[in-house]
Amino acid sequence: MDIVFFKLTLLLYLIATAGFLLFIIKKDKKVGYWSHRILFAGFILNSIYLALGYYKLGAVPVLNLKGSLSFFSWTILAAYIVLQVKFRITVLGSFVVPFSAFLMMISSTIPISAITVRPIFKSFWLPLHVATSFLGDGIFAIAFIAGVMYLIQEHQIKSKRLGAFYSRLPSLNILDSLNYHAISYGFVLLTIGMITGSIMAQGAHGSYWRWDPKEVWSLITWLCYAALLHQRMAAGWRGRRSALMSIGCFFILIFTFIGVNFLMEGYHSFKSLEGN
Amino acid sequence: MIKIVDMGMNHKTAPVELRELVAFGRHNIDEVMNSIRGIKTVKEFIVLSTCNRVEILFTTDMEKEAKESLIEFLSHVSGIKREKLGQTLYIYDNQEAIRHIFRVGASLDSMIVGEPQILGQVKDAYRIATEHKSSSAILNRLMHRTFSLAKKIRTETDISGSAVSISFAAVELGKKIFGDLQGKKVLLIGAGEMAELAARYLLNNRTAQILVTNRTFSRAVELADHFRGKAISFDEIDDQLLEADIVITSTASPEPIISLSQVKKTMRGRKNRPLFFIDIAVPRNVEPKVNGIENVFVYDIDDLRGIVEINISKRKGEAVKAERMVDEEVIKFSKWLKTLDIVPTIVALQDKCEKIRQIELKKTLSSLEDLTPEQRKGVEDLTTSITKKILNDPIFFLKRKEGRTSRNLYLDVARRLFHLEPNNEEKNPK
Repeated sequence: MDIVFFKLTLLLYLIATAGFLLFIIKKDKKVGYWSHRILFAGFILNSIYLALGYYKLGAVPVLNLKGSLSFFSWTILAAYIVLQVKFRITVLGSFVVPFSAFLMMISSTIPISAITVRPIFKSFWLPLHVATSFLGDGIFAIAFIAGVMYLIQEHQIKSKRLGAFYSRLPSLNILDSLNYHAISYGFVLLTIGMITGSIMAQGAHGSYWRWDPKEVWSLITWLCYAALLHQRMAAGWRGRRSALMSIGCFFILIFTFIGVNFLMEGYHSFKSLEGN
Repeated sequence: MIKIVDMGMNHKTAPVELRELVAFGRHNIDEVMNSIRGIKTVKEFIVLSTCNRVEILFTTDMEKEAKESLIEFLSHVSGIKREKLGQTLYIYDNQEAIRHIFRVGASLDSMIVGEPQILGQVKDAYRIATEHKSSSAILNRLMHRTFSLAKKIRTETDISGSAVSISFAAVELGKKIFGDLQGKKVLLIGAGEMAELAARYLLNNRTAQILVTNRTFSRAVELADHFRGKAISFDEIDDQLLEADIVITSTASPEPIISLSQVKKTMRGRKNRPLFFIDIAVPRNVEPKVNGIENVFVYDIDDLRGIVEINISKRKGEAVKAERMVDEEVIKFSKWLKTLDIVPTIVALQDKCEKIRQIELKKTLSSLEDLTPEQRKGVEDLTTSITKKILNDPIFFLKRKEGRTSRNLYLDVARRLFHLEPNNEEKNPK
């Protein structure tokens, strides 16, 4: 049953991706409007799929890569939809939605595996820990994309070769402000995610901090974003430098998110999470 | 057979001295409309008069006479001799007239292709025509097609997309840097025509304040008054760089007046808020290296010229796309125009009813298999006479309208009421 929702979600995301790509080429507002509609429909189906997954598993359905990627994709779009309320940059969708759809595609190619849910995954703190961490990741993904868009637009203006992107991308000021807002919100969520995580660890393992690779890399990621925010607020960084650093931070975040779970041993690794 | 004709002159065919003699304005447009109404051979008409063109778009049954009378009329109004007028006027018939008005509305016939004002002017002309009730079924539809085509071309092509003047290109760049120009501070260093023009564009975008400085202070004061800004002395530039967002330089100084180290220092004080230099001076007033500083953007006159040139050639490319859209629309409209004839409309109406009758008859008879041949015949006759009786009045009504001015209107309504597609009779011409 839930696989139907997954496939429909993926289908709608792919259609929305095509729509958003057509939008950036054609600059036709109607195409943008309908792409948003389709995306939203896909997002609702995605939400249902995740809810069903939670219900069936009895725990947050992010215990393997398949589930993680699909949930990550959902949080990116959730962040996108929320930020869109304030910023209303349709062309942002032309960058975000393909990225999200791509993650869903990868998720769809991973075969379904049986998961043994250990009792600690029924903890009250786990959904909170997972939701805030993932949403933080989702918002950081938007910051990353805003940073890339900023660099493209800045390059166009600085090099004085105003190409196809010049008219399509929003102003530097808006992109910079989007980047800043996304990083601030993302930072708050990541912080909450780490706190709830350590509370949970205290319950499950008896200590708040155990130098687990995931914990260490999360801290590194957190410190990077903290440094970026500090530079923005105290040293008046903005524009190019901030965009570059938010891109750098995001690569570290991706490593923390996926790399650590694969390459390093620890209780966050998918092997350990799946309980096989 | 009714014809659409467009008669007029524009910036390509007539010099401004002639155009202004013919041009109609608010002061005499009512008079002009009434005079043209007096020409009996002209049925529907619309008069468009802008600084670049004068056009009279009309429909007529008697083409030759109508044209003669209108040329006579134009010659009378303008005082230009008929022979001279004849050389500058163009006259387009039917398809060509349709194409011409589509191109005018879409700004393909404008002096600066893609300039947006023309559509508003065409709309005004149409409004005047409706106020004078001089436009009816054909021109109403033609104008509505013109408007929607122009809109479609503007959204689907880049024909009005990018700036084709230097000051406008500068303002556009400002918008891409700051987003909204509202509340931004402008510093004008030196005065010159182009700098003033750019400043005026910026003011139109509701920038907060304009500061003006010049080597001769009195000139700065003069300009500041002009823009309701503030004059400052040349020595204050350093301080003002901390506050300003957009700086337009156009002094005749042989040395740069804005240096790399100066701007570097400023940016620290500004906490890296973006700063945009528009350097219109030759030789340049801003050291080119300043563009390398983060969050600082420098455009000199050559950069801006380069952008404008690219934009102009882009527009030309887009115009080709637009012409193709015009072609499509001309074909569609001509098709519709052809249907505005009594005979094909009546035939289409009868065909449609006959088709419906046949289909329904087949359905009914197939479920009533045990009818005798006589009964069958009876049902068939019954359906035939019902359709005939129903069509009787509409056909009679349409025939009676032949030769009346309201004919086209009723033909159009009949077609829409019964949903008679223009293509129908092409498939089965009778």
